[in-house]
Amino acid sequence: MTSMTLEAGTPRRSSGRRALLRGLPLGPAVILLAVFLGGPILYCIYAAFTDMALTGSSGIDFVGVENFAKAFTSPEFGRAVLYTLFFTVVSAIIGQNVLGMILALLMRSGSAPVRATVSAIVVGAWVLPEVVAGYLWLTFLGPDGSLNAILASIGVPTQNWLYTTPILAVAIANIWRGTAFSMLVYSAALSDVPTEIVEAAKVDGAGTWRTLFSITLPMIRRSIATNLMLITLQTLSVFGLIWAMTKGGPSSKSTTLPIFAYEQAFSFSQLGYGTAIALILLLIGGIFSLFYLRILRLEENTS
Amino acid sequence: MTTDVRVPAPSATLPAPAPRRGRGTAMVGKGAVNAALIVIAACYVIPLLWVVLAAFNATAGLSVSWPDPWTLENFSAVLDEETTFRPMRNGFILCGGATLLTMLCAVLAAYPLSRYRSRFRRPFLLTILFMTGLPITAIMVPVYGLFVQLNLIDTYTGTILFMSTTALPIAIWLSKNFMDSVPIEVEEAAWTDGASAMQALRTIVLPLMWPGLSVVALYTFIGLWGNFFVPFVLLQSNDQLPASVSIYTFFSQYAGVIYGQLAAYSMLYSLPAVLLYLVLSRRLSGAFTFGGSVKG
Repeated sequence: MTSMTLEAGTPRRSSGRRALLRGLPLGPAVILLAVFLGGPILYCIYAAFTDMALTGSSGIDFVGVENFAKAFTSPEFGRAVLYTLFFTVVSAIIGQNVLGMILALLMRSGSAPVRATVSAIVVGAWVLPEVVAGYLWLTFLGPDGSLNAILASIGVPTQNWLYTTPILAVAIANIWRGTAFSMLVYSAALSDVPTEIVEAAKVDGAGTWRTLFSITLPMIRRSIATNLMLITLQTLSVFGLIWAMTKGGPSSKSTTLPIFAYEQAFSFSQLGYGTAIALILLLIGGIFSLFYLRILRLEENTS
Repeated sequence: MTTDVRVPAPSATLPAPAPRRGRGTAMVGKGAVNAALIVIAACYVIPLLWVVLAAFNATAGLSVSWPDPWTLENFSAVLDEETTFRPMRNGFILCGGATLLTMLCAVLAAYPLSRYRSRFRRPFLLTILFMTGLPITAIMVPVYGLFVQLNLIDTYTGTILFMSTTALPIAIWLSKNFMDSVPIEVEEAAWTDGASAMQALRTIVLPLMWPGLSVVALYTFIGLWGNFFVPFVLLQSNDQLPASVSIYTFFSQYAGVIYGQLAAYSMLYSLPAVLLYLVLSRRLSGAFTFGGSVKG
């Protein structure tokens, strides 16, 4: 506010009031976010330290870090963390990110009808509701599904992919569903790269790959960092797709943290424990975001 | 002679051969690019085949088979009040209400964020960006607890309020970006004529950014329409469930029996999202510019 006063040259108090007045339209949004997003997060922090159960609200006791101790010593929880990291790294950071970039780059030099068809199909997969996408992949990977039919025709033995490789199956389904977002972000970013710079690099004798890695990608690094943050966080919280495909099974082999938290809270009625796990998931998301925001910030200071 | 060719010559000295060779590789390159794109698209289409073929096949199983004969039986079987109409109506009420509320709050919030400088602006925008990706799934367990205590569980009001909140961060973000592209000079004229900020927003800024706002609204609606987990946790009575949840209960109830009907129902339920996307598609890419997004 001090800087505002100096700029406007008006007395401090009226400037403060003006700033308040100007910020007023933020009110409804801030209230909603505080009550329904901030509230649950605070409640999450509180409930994670209690033995709250789903049945019978009487007698909620403060149990300290017991829920967290229980989580960190439970092998199921450890496995859920590993599955979550696998799912996030394979389907978001590698799959959606790289495939999205490849599509965006290919789109730039493909011919118009191909481009239109491909983007309609890829975005179509993204627009489909997550439960429907889950069912599609359930049938595609099942024992009688198309994948097995294709593999059988080239002599590969058929199997139920949802039983043999459940976590990989849901990860690939998530790549299929989510790549469109990265593709749209990268297409928009690439269209902002001035063509003169790329042309100049080509004239100077840089090959296609050299131009890509030394010119194009560095120029859109901010979009890459922002996109990585958003898709990582989105993927950490995928629930409907996995629930529709495997329900976290078989024998918890595709149970990521959201599924684990849901089961503990609602199937086993341990609201406190489920909340503690949800809080850990929230923290993992927070750490990823801080990491990406940090990159963006470093960028800003050095450039 | 040979060395002359190998050394990358400055374009000025070799004007004639350079463009011709360039065009030749470009043509080969274009063919390869198109082929690669078509292969990727084929991989995308194969999982979709089942739902389209099974929906028109009265005896559909889990395997892909050509419908013989093509029939609309599956559709007529699911097109009744209980299975399709009521859940779809519920979905429209929930997602439509939540979209309206989201847009109202987002436009109001975007205005000061786009128009005024303040030292709170950058931290606020970063918080919004952070919230756009917050794993909503993680807070559903505490939200359930909170809703039980506030007596909001199994109510439309509560669910709409919460759904709006989940959509709000990205809606504010996109609205602010679209509003930034409306030049402030247009408003300054109105200000000198004595119009208030809100009048200027309503009469000048909003009409100019209508295309952008429709992108945000459709994007919000499509996202909410596909959202399964929020209504799954917050709503309980059968006759209040939206399509996203009822398709799941429908499948669990009749699993292994009527795949054709499930496929037909999946198509009906996906239809609004796909149709709205078609309206949206031409304008969509502009919404995803994150380039200078957290600057200033």
